[in-house]
Formats: sequence, structure tokens, C-alpha cells
Amino acid sequence: MNFAREPLPKATAIQLFKSLYLARRSEEYIVKHYPENLMRTPMHMSMGQEFVCVGVCAGLEGKADVFASYRSHAAFLAQTHDTDRFFSELYGRTSGTGEGKGGSMHLAAPDKGHILSSGVVATQIPVAVGAAFANRQLKTGRTAAVFFGDGACDAGVFWESVNAAALFKLPVLFVCEDNGYAVDTPREARQMSKSLSDAVKPFGADTYDDDSGDVESVYALAKEAAAKAHRDGRPAFLNVKCCRYLEHVGIGTDWNWGYRDQKTVEREWIDRDALKVQRARLASHQIGESAIVAMEDEIDRAIQASVKRASQAPIPAPDRLHAGVFHEKA
Amino acid sequence: MRKLDYAGAIREAMTQEMERDSRVFVYGIGVPTWSSIFGTTKGIREKFGKERCFDTPISEDCMTGFGLGAAIRGLRPIHVHIRVDFMILATNQLINMVSNYTYSTGGKLKVPLVVRAVIGRGWGQGAQHSKSLFSNFTHIPGLKVIAPTTPSDMKGMLTAAIRDDNPVICFEHRWLYWGEEDVPEEPYEIPLGVGRILRPGKDVTIVGLSWMNVEARLAADILAKRGVSLEIVDPRTLSPLDEGLIVESVNRTGRCIVADCDWVDSGFSAELSARIHEKCFGTLKAPVKRIGFAQVPAPVVRELENEFYPNARTIVREVEDMLGLQAANLDGEDFFSHERRFRGPF
Repeated sequence: MNFAREPLPKATAIQLFKSLYLARRSEEYIVKHYPENLMRTPMHMSMGQEFVCVGVCAGLEGKADVFASYRSHAAFLAQTHDTDRFFSELYGRTSGTGEGKGGSMHLAAPDKGHILSSGVVATQIPVAVGAAFANRQLKTGRTAAVFFGDGACDAGVFWESVNAAALFKLPVLFVCEDNGYAVDTPREARQMSKSLSDAVKPFGADTYDDDSGDVESVYALAKEAAAKAHRDGRPAFLNVKCCRYLEHVGIGTDWNWGYRDQKTVEREWIDRDALKVQRARLASHQIGESAIVAMEDEIDRAIQASVKRASQAPIPAPDRLHAGVFHEKA
Repeated sequence: MRKLDYAGAIREAMTQEMERDSRVFVYGIGVPTWSSIFGTTKGIREKFGKERCFDTPISEDCMTGFGLGAAIRGLRPIHVHIRVDFMILATNQLINMVSNYTYSTGGKLKVPLVVRAVIGRGWGQGAQHSKSLFSNFTHIPGLKVIAPTTPSDMKGMLTAAIRDDNPVICFEHRWLYWGEEDVPEEPYEIPLGVGRILRPGKDVTIVGLSWMNVEARLAADILAKRGVSLEIVDPRTLSPLDEGLIVESVNRTGRCIVADCDWVDSGFSAELSARIHEKCFGTLKAPVKRIGFAQVPAPVVRELENEFYPNARTIVREVEDMLGLQAANLDGEDFFSHERRFRGPF
């Protein structure tokens, strides 16, 4: 269903558009420049499904600790808008989120609420439950949200985590970016249950299904779900249908793999691309084409500036290899 | 000073740290229940409440990730596993997550997490309740690994572990819980990464791990009657290892036996042996010998269990062999005293 029951305010529509555009254009830069072989880190591109992270992070208004999977780019940029540290990490520079040691799969900006992303399916999920517990104990007023794919719902630790969050009465937002595939294996070949939400509900979570493909719907859903979770002290499971435009890992398309049909994907998803829809929506808010282009130019310039800063930043010195295995007392 | 047993030392270290720092909490399967992990968590829930001492679902993988999340967001968790065998379920989190997030975030995340793992022999515990698995964890960069032997070491090292900003795995041999000695009442730290000479000697260095130090002391008493002097070195911390202390001892004695309570093949004893050969090659009078479990799954029946586990007798025989001494008659010696004491079922 679509959770945006009425049009969002103009300012919110703009915010969502900009955030979507930032994620999309950052990845378009990567697609263009990856073959230069200077960003040597496996990338699992968010392209096509950015609206899930953008909608949720905007809906949570920075009041949640965010955890993400290896499909990390949209979650990181939606939460932090920090293209400087993002590109620096992809280029392996000391100014990156992990001074070049983490790469695309291990982005972290805890100061901006993106705590970590993780490269092994489902491993980030229980970490969010612990973060929610810490936030309650320390009375920070923050909650926790975790992104993962439908593949992660094959894993036992997902179910353990929903159970633990419900048992401990923790308002965790479990956000399934349900693109229907674990690499190229369809959900039907992996899960017996027709509906993940139906399976999750008896564990004691509120469940929501969004098949709108629309960032405003996801934004409204995240707000509603977070408010209820916080009020009732129970977790929420958000199953958001989406589509990954590119291959599982890398910058190419995978139409020749034969597991999904290009025409069908175009008709069902790409033709109603969330960024395109949101751009059109700005026009309905009486924002002129030149104003929209100005917003886009500003973001494009910011990306270019970040890339330039990254390319000028130092590469870690060899002695950094052995540094930082343990945290030293300041 | 008063006497305190090893279980009491664990309980006291945790209690004092929980009093000192409200961010410290303890959790795990069975932690607040009547049996209270062999008494090591007894009374903590009554004192600190259910938010700081709680039971969990049997979801080791999840509850380890939970500890990581709590640690990186400002708390200081102590996660308890009543058997290391059950902690195997947690290795995805420990090895893929807990060990490497400080490094791969350039130090932005710190992980003050203590994981207590009970090891050791019981009463026909069999193949799934009796492992040690030291080397599975010392193999991993980013994890500190400790295995204190004495109550006073345990109190000081567990206190240091709780105050450490890094993940520390603490191995506790269940037979050590009965050991008793003078332990200071006030909180104190014994730094991690510093070994200890448990007994000075001159003929052979025994590097003992956990329970095997108890066996080594008994072996040393037996051999002392024949004028053979063992030096017992307890690394206490397995990772990072106090290599210097071991090297110094072996350079003095020229002989070394590593006594592990774990399998020998690819075990921690192999790491110790390799390092000693590398660093003491010129002073060694004989190759380093290794003692450990028989390379089979742990059997249940007592007669086979006694063959499976090394003990003081094994150490005595190896020392005799190394020194070219005749095997002494050990009929009058008392082995297996703890093994007889344990009454089960768990």
C-alpha cells in the first residue's frame, strides 16, 4: 500500500528529492568512473531502491541510529549527506569513514547517526537491537533502524533479532528492502511464507507493507511506524518492495543472466522510477524547471567537489596497516 | 585479606565494576537464574535490577550482535556463555563483526565487550560440553583473549577486561571455580598482556594454560622430591601474548613443555611452540614438547575420559623423558582429585 495519505509539504518534497538525487548521482559518478580502477572496493549499488533509505532516514529526522547492509551507499548518503567521507573511503583515503580500511561495505559515520554497514548478510540486524537497548538505558531519546534485504530474512538471526526486540520491548525499525532476490535467487526459491509480514507479526512486531515504490509513502510510513514503536515500546517491521536496477555487485546491468526480464522490470519499476516521480512532484508544487535544475546543479557540484577533495587526500601510509586494531585510551 | 574462591572473584569483579560504572551490565542464558553460572552471577540481579542483569533467548548469534550494538553505543556489556561449545553459535558476530569494527572504521567505533566462556571437564560431559577452543579466538586479530588461573588473577584481569575499550574473551575452567586464595577486597586491575611466573625453577619451563597450571603445580611438587625443578609460566593473557616472559624463562632453563587444556593439533600450544623455537633456538637443549587433549572428540565414559585429558602424571612423564630420567613409581600420588570431587550432572 501507499502510506502517503495526503501530499507532503513542499519543503519535505524538496528535501526528499534532493536526498534521492544525491544518492542517484553519486552512484552515477561511480558507474562512470569505476572502470578507472581507482575505487578498488566491491560495490553493491543501491540504484533503483534508494527511495527506501531516503524515505526512512528522512522520516526518522536524524533521531535514529542507522545500520545498513553491504548495499550501503543510499543508506549512508541518506542519513549523512556526507559525500566527502563517502568518496574518500571509496578512493581509499585517510579522510574516508574508515581511513580506507573499510571500503564500500563498511561505511560508518557514527557522529552522524550512520553507525555501521556490514558485508555479511544479516549481521547488522542484531547490532541495531543492542543499540536500541543502549539508547533506552542511556536515555538518549534515539531509536534504531536497520536496513537489510529479503535475503537476510532467510537467516535465523533476523528472526532471533525480531524476537529479542519484541521481548525486550525495544522500538527497533526493521526495514526490509525487498527487491525479491538474493543475488539472482528469487524469494520463492528461498522462503515458504508468501508474506514476510504475516510470518513476522506473531513474534510481536507491528508490520507494514509498502509496494508504492514512492519515497513519500516510505517517508510517511517511517514516521508513523517510528512513532507507534516508540509509544508502544515494540519493534516494527517495514517490508518495502523495491527494485535493484544493476547487478548484485558491480556497476553493470544483469539482463543477460536470464533470471529477470528487462521489459518487465522497466514496465513495473523503471518507468515509475522514484526519483523521476519525485521530480515531477516538485512541478506540482509550482517549482519551475529552472529552480529544479539549480538544485540539481548544486548537488552535482558538491559531488564533484567531494571527489576532488578525495583525490587530493593522502593515501594511508604503510605504517597505518598495523595501527588501530585495538582502541587505545586517549 | 580474606580468602576468596575463583567463582567469588568473578562475582566480586563484576559487582564492583557495576557499582563503579552504571554502563556495565551482565547478560546471557541462565545468568540471573538460581544456578547463576556456577554461582558467578549470584545476587547481581537482586542488587542491580533486571535491566542490568538479565536472561536471553537461546539466540547466541543475535545476543552477541546485541552486545556489540550496546557496546558501540555507550554501554559496557558482559556476555556469559555457560559453555564455550555454545559460543560457537556466536562466532559469526565475534569473528565477522566484533573483532574488526574498530579497525575498519579507523577507530571511530570502540567495542568494550567482555565475553565470558566456561570451559573444562566435568562428569562425562562428552563431545559438546567440554571444549576449550583457545586458538579459534587467538587466531583472530582484534580480540583479546584471557584465561586466568588463580582467583586473584581472575579478579584483577576481569576488572581490567571490563574497563578495556576492546572486546575481551575470558576463558574460565570450571574446576578452577573451587580454587581459593587471598584476594584483595578493593577493586584492582592486572594489566592484560602480562604473564606471570607461578613457580620459579631451573630445569624445565612449563608454560601452562588455565587448568593445566594446577596440574603443573602438582607435577612440580612430585618432581621436586627427586630434585627436579620446574618453572611454571602462566601467560594468563593468550592474546596479546607476553612473549618476552616465556622467552626469558626458556632461555634460562633451556627446556620447555607447553601444557594446554585443548587439542594439540593447530592448538594454541602450536603457536607457543613455534614462537619459542623461533626465539630460543640457540638456547634450547631439546625440542619443545606439547601436551594436550587426545586428538579425538571428548568421550563420556570415565576410563576413556582419563585417557583423553592430560594431567600432572602426563607432565611428570614428559619431563622425565626430556631429562632422560627413569619413570618414577607414581602409585602413591593423588591424581584426579577434582575429577572425583565433581558430582554433576552439569
